[in-house]
Amino acid sequence: MNQRIPVTELTSDFKGRAREALADSQLRSNFRTAMDSLMRKRADAFSDEDEREGLRELGNHIRARSLSNLPDLLEQLETRLTANGIKVHWAETVEEANEIVHGLIEAHDGRQVVKGKSMVSEEMEMNDYLADRDIECLESDMGEYIVQLDNEKPSHIIMPAIHKNARQVSALFNEKLGEHVSEDVDELIQTGRRILRRKFLEADVGVSGVNFAIAETGTLLLVENEGNGRMSTTSPPVHIAVTGIEKVVSNLRDVVPLVSLLTRSALGQPITTYVNLISGPRKPDELDGPEEVHLVLLDNGRTGAFTDAQMRQTLNCIRCGACMNHCPVYTRVGGHTYGEVYPGPIGKIVTPHMVGLDQVPDHPSASSLCGACGEVCPVKIPIPELLQRLRQENVQAPGHEPVSVKGAGSKYSRKERLMWRAWVMLNTRPAFYKLFLWGATRFRALAPKKAGPWTENHSAPVPAARSLHDLARDHLKNSDILGEKS
Amino acid sequence: MSARANILNKLRTSLAGTTPRPDEFDESLVTGPWRYPPEERIARLRELMEAVHTEVHQTSEGDWPARVAELLAKREITNLLYAPATPHGEQLARAWKGEAGRPALRVYDRPVEEWKAELFNDVQASVTGTLGGIAATGSLVLWPDRNEPRLMSLVPPVHIALLKASAIHDNWYNMMTDQNWAAGLPSNALLVSGPSKTADIEQVLAYGAHGPKELIVLILEDV
Ligand code: SF4
Repeated sequence: MNQRIPVTELTSDFKGRAREALADSQLRSNFRTAMDSLMRKRADAFSDEDEREGLRELGNHIRARSLSNLPDLLEQLETRLTANGIKVHWAETVEEANEIVHGLIEAHDGRQVVKGKSMVSEEMEMNDYLADRDIECLESDMGEYIVQLDNEKPSHIIMPAIHKNARQVSALFNEKLGEHVSEDVDELIQTGRRILRRKFLEADVGVSGVNFAIAETGTLLLVENEGNGRMSTTSPPVHIAVTGIEKVVSNLRDVVPLVSLLTRSALGQPITTYVNLISGPRKPDELDGPEEVHLVLLDNGRTGAFTDAQMRQTLNCIRCGACMNHCPVYTRVGGHTYGEVYPGPIGKIVTPHMVGLDQVPDHPSASSLCGACGEVCPVKIPIPELLQRLRQENVQAPGHEPVSVKGAGSKYSRKERLMWRAWVMLNTRPAFYKLFLWGATRFRALAPKKAGPWTENHSAPVPAARSLHDLARDHLKNSDILGEKS
Repeated sequence: MSARANILNKLRTSLAGTTPRPDEFDESLVTGPWRYPPEERIARLRELMEAVHTEVHQTSEGDWPARVAELLAKREITNLLYAPATPHGEQLARAWKGEAGRPALRVYDRPVEEWKAELFNDVQASVTGTLGGIAATGSLVLWPDRNEPRLMSLVPPVHIALLKASAIHDNWYNMMTDQNWAAGLPSNALLVSGPSKTADIEQVLAYGAHGPKELIVLILEDV
């Protein structure tokens, strides 16, 4: 299998990739059309504002309550799952998680793995890890399958191939599969179905993600529309689920509002075609289902985000994608510009904890802080607030304690810090301010022609000959506005 | 130290001095807007299911086996997977016995390993019962078991589901609490709300992704 070309190698940084994406009119129209339609669908699905806001409040409550008791819930989950016959594994890093998954596959002499959609497996780059060890790991979600076929990463967490149109997919199928298919979407999907059905039949191991892990009953809940999730978790003799440690909720009933929030926010659907609740492997008297079910719980930076009460809120996320659908920046630059597993607003707040803020220094500032993401988030994560916090962390002076985000301070510049100090002094001490005004108006011709990135797209600011204060004083003197002459 | 101990320790350190939040689950938020007078439940479920390409028919306890035959004949389907040990399976076999031109009845009576290729390649349709339905979201509830295993409602391209009108609940919350699901779930429980579908290419909806291409629901109105 071909290796993926890491997007980061194509163009080195966010700004460079953004420039390329902005110049790609096909890409921009693919995203614009898709995001407009997703926004409309969500709005239709939440037509009653009071109902929506009540449910978001409840969603936030459930997630916050779960996190406030996370270690105990994880233990309860483990106990319940174990009692149900599901084996639980813990991994601090993606390497550990990959080793666990690989070990399980090896133990069954597995050569073919079929995978349902899972963002955590993307974090792990599981496909590449297994391919390097001669194990085929095939994506079975239609969007993921298309993306994998083209050696790309998903550009959206719910709609992985949204950056491509039908013509591009048809060209890809013709090139990679030697299948002559038209641009008709039904025909394309039926081709994918035919190929993947054979894989479901043959696969030794099925891998999936988890939407919610229920501690009370020891249940893994998965939502999906295609049926590939059910196939991957039911047909092969072994099922391995991978998920982040934050996905646990206390009670079965907690998933009722969360599933409703998830499917309505993501796709505007009252519910997905399938809600799949897995509470155990095949029982002795049953005729199908996997003989073994495993759950791998992954940390990968989540305990880091957890240390800080404000940042902990990033772990509320139920991965619905609504924040990216409503983001003016994401809509214009697309998912690949972010260069990481999670794009868009949610990506900007979770990625720093996974890879370090110094690896994604432009992420927190790639936002107009318009607030749309925070307004639509079904579990009320205050994304704009967290972005501002990350901007501060980004310019933290060296030696600043405590460090709450890995890789903080990479954008710190002594020069910038000094300039802001001077600005504060000028604006808080009238004498300095007057002196500055006097100088700026007299020597305006000497104003710098270049003012950093500002003058890349704007003309340089030139001070006026007279300050507003000055003009106002004159104006007042010459008019009878003060009423003294009457 | 193990990964497990490290993760739990880190989480506990971060929570030191805090107490878990109390449970303030307000159930009216998930039940209030989703209640229907009994006579409207079928209509609501039907409307939602039909909106996602489910074929819904209202029939009766006595008539449904003939209805199934009709639906299959129309599609020129020649075999049907059914569960003889269930009351509805028994009824179907009895009703079809001696009738000419009925599709061949197949039975899921072995572990899947023994006939997986046949199940995937040859079986054209299946008929299963359901645990009930949910009006709020237009969903069927399936609890697969030995008689009607998990793949029975997933692999055949056409799935026919029998739903008793009296088993249609207002919403998922009421159903799971009335039946106390939390006390014990089967190894697999499912909500099914239409035939399989995808919108992964240009958001164009296409049915028959990986699961059934067609879902046919027969509502038995008199039970
Ligand atoms: S941050 Fe909120 S809106 Fe964005 S994916 Fe997560 S839950 Fe959805």
